[in-house]
Amino acid sequence: MELFELTIHQLQDLLKNKKASSREITESVFKRIQSVENKVHAYVTLTEETALQQAKKADEKISKNGGAIHELPLLGIPIGIKDNFLTEGIKTTCASKILNNYIPPYNGTAVQKLIDAGMILVGKLNMDEFAMGSSNETSYFGVSRNPWDLERIPGGSSGGSAAAVAAGEGFASTGTDTGGSIRLPACLTNLVGIKPTYGRVSRYGVIAFASSLDQVGPLAKDVTDAALMLQTLAGYDPKDSTSLNLSVPDYKKVLGQSIKGWKIGIPKEYFIDGMDPEVAKSMQAAISVLKRLGAECRDVSLPHTNYGVPTYYILATAEASSNLARYDGIRFGYRNSETKNLVNLYKKSRSEGFGAEVKRRIMLGTYVLSAGYYDAYYLKAQKVRTLIRRDFEEIFKTCDVILTPVSPTPAWKMGEKMTDPLKMYLSDIFTININLAGLPAMSLPCGMTPSGLPIGIQLISKHFEEEKMLQAAYAYEQATEWHTRRAKL
Amino acid sequence: MNYETIIGLEVHAQLLTQSKLFCSCSTEFGKVPNQNTCPVCLGLPGVLPVMNQRVAEFAVRAGLATQCTISPKSVFARKNYFYPDLPKGYQISQYELPICTHGQLLIENEGSKKIGITRIHIEEDAGKLLHEHPDHRSVESTWVDLNRAGVPLLEIVSEPDMRSPQEAVAYLKKLRMILVYLGVCDGNMEEGSLRCDANVSIRPQGETKFGTRTETKNLNSFRHIEKAILYETKRQSDVLAEGGRIIQETRLWDPDQEKTYSMRSKEEAHDYRYFPDPDLLPLLIENDWIEKIRRSLPELPDAKKERFIKDFQLPASEADILSSMKRLADFFEKAVSSYPQPRKISAWIINEYMRLIKADETKISSSLLKPEHVGITLKLVEEGKINGSMAKTVLAKVYETGESPQKIIEQEGLSQVSDEGALETLIDKVIAENPKEVERYKAGNDKLLAFFVGQVMKQTGGRAHPGKVNELVRKKLS
Repeated sequence: MELFELTIHQLQDLLKNKKASSREITESVFKRIQSVENKVHAYVTLTEETALQQAKKADEKISKNGGAIHELPLLGIPIGIKDNFLTEGIKTTCASKILNNYIPPYNGTAVQKLIDAGMILVGKLNMDEFAMGSSNETSYFGVSRNPWDLERIPGGSSGGSAAAVAAGEGFASTGTDTGGSIRLPACLTNLVGIKPTYGRVSRYGVIAFASSLDQVGPLAKDVTDAALMLQTLAGYDPKDSTSLNLSVPDYKKVLGQSIKGWKIGIPKEYFIDGMDPEVAKSMQAAISVLKRLGAECRDVSLPHTNYGVPTYYILATAEASSNLARYDGIRFGYRNSETKNLVNLYKKSRSEGFGAEVKRRIMLGTYVLSAGYYDAYYLKAQKVRTLIRRDFEEIFKTCDVILTPVSPTPAWKMGEKMTDPLKMYLSDIFTININLAGLPAMSLPCGMTPSGLPIGIQLISKHFEEEKMLQAAYAYEQATEWHTRRAKL
Repeated sequence: MNYETIIGLEVHAQLLTQSKLFCSCSTEFGKVPNQNTCPVCLGLPGVLPVMNQRVAEFAVRAGLATQCTISPKSVFARKNYFYPDLPKGYQISQYELPICTHGQLLIENEGSKKIGITRIHIEEDAGKLLHEHPDHRSVESTWVDLNRAGVPLLEIVSEPDMRSPQEAVAYLKKLRMILVYLGVCDGNMEEGSLRCDANVSIRPQGETKFGTRTETKNLNSFRHIEKAILYETKRQSDVLAEGGRIIQETRLWDPDQEKTYSMRSKEEAHDYRYFPDPDLLPLLIENDWIEKIRRSLPELPDAKKERFIKDFQLPASEADILSSMKRLADFFEKAVSSYPQPRKISAWIINEYMRLIKADETKISSSLLKPEHVGITLKLVEEGKINGSMAKTVLAKVYETGESPQKIIEQEGLSQVSDEGALETLIDKVIAENPKEVERYKAGNDKLLAFFVGQVMKQTGGRAHPGKVNELVRKKLS
């Protein structure tokens, strides 16, 4: 096996035993990038030079102090960052023309935590423009490909984050998840993706899409790596008023503990007509595995499930229309400077700077907040959101975790849903409600279609109880081998 | 037809916090453009606001001082509009749930009257635009200074309870006085720390329904507020007299032309698309904290005035002036504690000190003249060491130099001449030099006594004890 194919915890053993250096690991990743990136197109920006410098420093640290690996959980590990995380001095585009040349003056909290934990930054990852999309096709820089089938999309919006790790172009990555943007691409590329509880990870320094739904999380090759990444990212940040001042448990401790006697809720509303039979089959197989592990799987109901997608597209677009107002061509970013008239400057800069999907959502959001429509749309949607959250709270009175599919279908072909926004929006049907409820959830590999496309399951926990879904996920992972499969490129 | 004017005011008060509302940038005025900025107040991608708790405290102080109900839960909302001085494309303000509601304050204008306060809410200020007009007409380029962006403001909205420009001015003066007393705003209208918009409508006398109102912006002094409301009243009644109707619109006061101009009509008004800011949690205020703030409130002008009248037997007019500025009142009370003659101190402060500080309260704290100096000096008058007009000179010198009154009296040779021998010599000289006047006096022209006294005073350079001179002259000429 090549170094780039390993997991973080495997690399840590190598580093600890001096069987590999960070420099070798990093070089292996960049060599891999050289050979496959033109096919995968996962990165917007690569930072090879600084990565190699960082690797050299990491090696120096390890040789000086063997304990450094324990103190710095990501020391010497090459990681990719989604391009909506601000990185000081490194171009951060949000995959938009409007920020095409934007170089931020500061690091966001999540990025700073990863740097402090010793990560080697590989580069900035492609995504749907402003994280608006489920296929990565709205990126200004073109679509990333799914390493399992280059004709197919990797999912979105964290498509580059998924494609890179699945292709061995980095060992883990960061993503953001507003309606499924971590879990869907993780699912479609055979990775583990975690969307933590809203308020668990700081949003400071992450370009906002929909502030009340956005949450930062990791994509990794298995549960152990994902838990390690989450451990680094999680925690209260005084710079984010919506982050919660709660201590973060040691996630490693729950990995390997039994789930015997656990009650796992299976919501009937998540088994819909039109679901791919392969997905349904894999779900049933996953349920059998969990039963074998001693868990009790019981049917439950989340009655307001069907209102999730429309509710989401009102609230998310409303917030986005306001969050994206700052991209006005005045202080930074793209500006059409042909006009001397202020209103035209706004109109032209924004019309030319934003892509079609972003503009669609800004218009939708502007509409639902307009005088005379606010009560009927925004206010009503807020009420439905409360009902959706209560549905989950009710189930968690009797269940430890909830199990659902992540995506109704495996990865689809490029262009398949681009002409039909509604069809595209429905690909998030199983993930969106978790954001509306602010709950933690994760996606993990649970099967393959006969043609070799990954399928995933989703585990959902109570607010701020990420350790529960991690415990179940790890138990499941240990009983299966799906996570060990790698895309052949 | 006779019309009644209906006025409501919206006042923006810049708060005297050290740092901005949602970041730790300084609020200091007069810095190099964009010096007081950071990624948060520049509205760069990825930033988030964090509430400055001092601002909540200031808002509660203002609310309590104006009899408001303090909301246990208030919510920040985004007011969305595009303008280059607004970096995020929205202003963080409060909309449906403001921090204070249902207040009032008392104004004095031909009797006292309660003016209702609808609400007080917290919001952030915008930046400033500087336009370059090379040919004094078209704008060539515009510069953006975001030092002010994010500075905390209170917006204080009154009920439409005022009926004349004088009442509006009285309300604003009272509100300003209270805010300055509380230490939450410096009240400087020229620098824009206190800004005012006026909602004006008219209706026929006796009518109970309100007419259509206009909102006039850019009122930066008491004088302009009075003039703008008068202008707007006249304009509206002219429109009605010609059979027209008032359009609901925003108007701009032009202080040079002394006219208001239409800025935008209701149809052109912005749709601000307010919604709760998802980046901020609701502002929760506990009762204990409100009570703690209530206990820390200073004595307010009305209460102080009453106490001055009762405890110091001051005339209402003097108590009014002394209580109008907190620092002036403190100065007065300190002087009284060093020399318990409140009437004399009050008279000196009102007649002399106000002139020295040019009625500018901010000069009091930096003043070299301390309250004790006033006590010491007025006591010297009582003891006959100096006379009243010398006291004024001495204190003016203290104000200039900060030297003690005793030292100034000594340096300038200002001590009073009351030695009878010395005075008699001078009086004899004056009598000898003015035989005609002596004759007329002796013939019964009593008024000439003042002439002789004046001559003696002149000889001593005003240092003679006037009572003593009077007595001696009378004796010599009898």
